[in-house]
Amino acid sequence: MHERPRLTPIQINRDLLRSVLETPLVFYVLLLLLMGLVGLGVIAATLMVSYGLGVTGLNHPVFWGFFIINFVFWVGISHAGTMISAILRLSAAEWRRPVVRAAEVMTVFSLLTAALFVVLHTGRPWRTLYWAFPYDFVRGIWPDVRSPLVWDPSAIFTYLTGSILFVYAALIPDLALARDQTTGWRRAVYGVLCLGWRGNARQWKLLNATGLLLSALILPVFVSVHSIVSWDFGMSLVPGWHVHIFAPYFVVGAVLSGVAAVIALMAVMRSLFRLHDYIRPEHFDMIGRLLIVVALAWAYFYFIDVIFALLSNEEAEYQVMKLRLSPPYLYLFLLMITCNVFLPVPIWMFRKFRRNIGIMVWTAIVVNIGMWLERFLIIIPTLQRRHPDAFAWGDYSASLVEITLVIFSFANVALLLLLFSKIFPVIPIWEEKEGHIWKREFRIGKLRLPAIVRE
Amino acid sequence: MKQAAEGTEQDTSKPVASIGRRWGMVVDLDRCTGCQACVVACHAENNIALNLEDVVLQQRAINWIRIERYWEGEYPNVKARFLPMFCQHCNNAPCEPVCPVYATYHNQEGLNVQVYNRCIGTRYCANNCPYHARFFNFWERDLDDTHREYLNPEVTVRTKGIMEKCTFCVQRIRRSEWERRQADEELQEGDVQPACVQACPTDTLVFGNLEDENSRVAQLAENKRHYRVMENLGTDTNVIYLKKVDPHASETAPAHAGTAADSGGNSA
Repeated sequence: MHERPRLTPIQINRDLLRSVLETPLVFYVLLLLLMGLVGLGVIAATLMVSYGLGVTGLNHPVFWGFFIINFVFWVGISHAGTMISAILRLSAAEWRRPVVRAAEVMTVFSLLTAALFVVLHTGRPWRTLYWAFPYDFVRGIWPDVRSPLVWDPSAIFTYLTGSILFVYAALIPDLALARDQTTGWRRAVYGVLCLGWRGNARQWKLLNATGLLLSALILPVFVSVHSIVSWDFGMSLVPGWHVHIFAPYFVVGAVLSGVAAVIALMAVMRSLFRLHDYIRPEHFDMIGRLLIVVALAWAYFYFIDVIFALLSNEEAEYQVMKLRLSPPYLYLFLLMITCNVFLPVPIWMFRKFRRNIGIMVWTAIVVNIGMWLERFLIIIPTLQRRHPDAFAWGDYSASLVEITLVIFSFANVALLLLLFSKIFPVIPIWEEKEGHIWKREFRIGKLRLPAIVRE
Repeated sequence: MKQAAEGTEQDTSKPVASIGRRWGMVVDLDRCTGCQACVVACHAENNIALNLEDVVLQQRAINWIRIERYWEGEYPNVKARFLPMFCQHCNNAPCEPVCPVYATYHNQEGLNVQVYNRCIGTRYCANNCPYHARFFNFWERDLDDTHREYLNPEVTVRTKGIMEKCTFCVQRIRRSEWERRQADEELQEGDVQPACVQACPTDTLVFGNLEDENSRVAQLAENKRHYRVMENLGTDTNVIYLKKVDPHASETAPAHAGTAADSGGNSA
């Protein structure tokens, strides 16, 4: 924040609305590419729905596979939004300003994708409406509230609703700005969406109160969502899943993958929309520091998980962990632990690397590969050795349909983000200006000291 | 039926109030020869999909009852031991509370019931079943006209995306009830025989009402050889296995899940 260049409000408007008002060629190229991948996913899902789950690699002991891994992964990614915006907003961290909206929007879209995967997982998506939306009051058949699979949609839809409100409330002044800068039908649409924003003192006061209130309210939801997702596993009787530390362990893992994903997103936005003046190396620096803590906390939980399985003297737990720690899963395990801790943490230790955007993007991608593998290693080997008897052991290899749908999920989130960036400004313009207003510079002798002065 | 009066008293340790009837099975492992007649009978009775080679190779074979074979002893004194494994109809079933839609629940007769119409296919129950007794229909049944001729009309043909498992041949229980009701009588001991019990040539499987203490199954359940599979999980199964402990069994033979807690124990 210290080195932020001086920009006039007009220039900020022009820079940050550019992605909305202008459409470069690369936008169409990306749009076509992502739509192609999403189209492939739609074909794969159609195949799966019409032929049944036989087209996946799922089998008798391994009933949950790539879909559930992907579900947990995307719910994990969705933790970035609240982590970045709510916590940083409440703690008044100035460097959050250009990042918050992208992170929040990624929360919404990754949650939608995660929810889609639960629905796909059942194989007959329309049946899932029975339990996620108990609409059939007359019949008197209600979902079984003892099942973690009922807690799941409750948690996810609460989080989704909260996140959408969060994004929307912060969007209102920017929508009003877009309304003032556009003409024709776009002006009409933005005019409706900005809910009559005039920018008077009362509206600003209400907006600030809303931001703080929503931040405070969404924090408990943020902690509970991935806890509840972890209870899908923790509440079961399956050795290797029936672990008491799963809730905090999953939340920390989610924050790790989510915040790393925000780094990648920031870098893409920076180069795609030429936001070099707004997303600056010091933002990557700050997120890098945050990630060191999160990655080490994650490593601690993982260590505890392994140690408890090995030392609990429980044969079934031991068999699961033994499979996880022997080839071929050993290689995946080593890759995961390298990707999550041993490679990125030493890199993040150095200020020089934290300010190198290319290196930060690579560590972010590596961390997300590691976190995907982590979910894989929790779900697949455990199901293979769910029973202490060799009689019911099995193996699993994902089919082309599942792999296509995993690729689809990434393309889907990217496509939704791209479309969002076309319709709404991706950097909160009013927050950026607010930061500029508060910026002061003091001179102490020859030293020029930048500072933030808040009323 | 004798204990119907007692049954009306609420037993809070049980998930549902009993109506004086708790169906159960006793499996005498010392009699089992592993002939698989029960498996064949079950397939015929319950319209189970044919386990063709490709399905077996995909590890998606459906066997409501299966014969687990264990080797006991060291060469040359090796003995084959057989253990028929099917839904244990647990009174405290791990599969039931994880189903979000009550597609599997415990009825008043002690049966763990699977409601096909309600099942949405989360497969959580199958993950949570320690006995691997639940099966998922990964494919739609491909039934030609000849096939349809030998379907049992009293049993639903499951579509794709549905869990299924041993029902203790609930259709036979219901038919016997109906027949008795026509004559205005109560259900009697020996009226109901699941297909596997009927087919068993060595009388390994005995089915009946565990709450009726005069029934054969209840008396066998008190046999000193009795044990339950994976009793340490607290599933409180309605299937009781009988097995004589063989003092000469090898220490190295695979143990079946720590069931040595009670008098009989198992040595296989």
